[in-house]
Amino acid sequence: MTVYWLCFILFLTGLYGVITRRNLIKIAISLSVMEFSCFLFLALIGYKEGGVAPIVDLADPDKTYVDPLPQAMVLTAIVIGLATTAMLMAVIIRIYRKYGTFDIREIKNLRG
Amino acid sequence: MELAISIIVGFMILGAIYAIHARDILSAVIAGGIVGYSLVICFLLLKAPDLAIVQIVVETITLIIMVAVVLDSSRVEAYGKFDRPAWVTAGTAVLILAILFWFLKEASAPLAPFGENSMRMADAYVNGAVEKTGSINLVTGVVFDFRGYDTLGEATVLVTAVLGVLTILRIKGKR
Repeated sequence: MTVYWLCFILFLTGLYGVITRRNLIKIAISLSVMEFSCFLFLALIGYKEGGVAPIVDLADPDKTYVDPLPQAMVLTAIVIGLATTAMLMAVIIRIYRKYGTFDIREIKNLRG
Repeated sequence: MELAISIIVGFMILGAIYAIHARDILSAVIAGGIVGYSLVICFLLLKAPDLAIVQIVVETITLIIMVAVVLDSSRVEAYGKFDRPAWVTAGTAVLILAILFWFLKEASAPLAPFGENSMRMADAYVNGAVEKTGSINLVTGVVFDFRGYDTLGEATVLVTAVLGVLTILRIKGKR
């Protein structure tokens, strides 16, 4: 159970970064930290003690495997995470070109 | 196994905290890479080789994109004072933490302990999957056969995101 708690603390670290930082790039990093903690949590749920990687060994049908379902979900989520991060970075670089800063307070004050 | 993963997750937490507090944005990006690459090791320990391969590729691409953005712009972070008094901030933080940890306690109560997954859902996917899908890799079987429509949706999201990136980077903004 400890490892679930540590995983949750990792999520909270990312949340703390998103809430307190003013730099857009640091906010993007914190968001991906939150993402990673969710992936880790799903992979942890699917783990089975004594299981092997979910690749079927046809010679030995009685092996126990770890749960392939969370792994398939995380596989989808990782790729989508890359796409959203790339889009976030594109928006950030546009904002920097327009305002010349990463500080969200100044961007809020400039308006237009 | 649980101990090894706990140590690596602790390392990830330290890396994340350093990334959030670093003065230089470039070192923050690289410290963010610690989290991603440690996740690869966790996936390997959790017997998920497919995830480890995908994650190491994705993390490298993300790191390259972020470093390119940072080198193209400014590396210093502007620090300012908090707008509100310190006790309001600290009080809110403690309150939110208490609520979140209570929620974690409630939500993790019905969860099976680490390493004792019941495989209730997975049995249908594991038993006879080789005959049904023809793939000896069960993860590939789930992604491309049992849940093929989900993968189609994922591809749609990916195309939409790429189109979004192209659109955002192409428009000429008013200076």
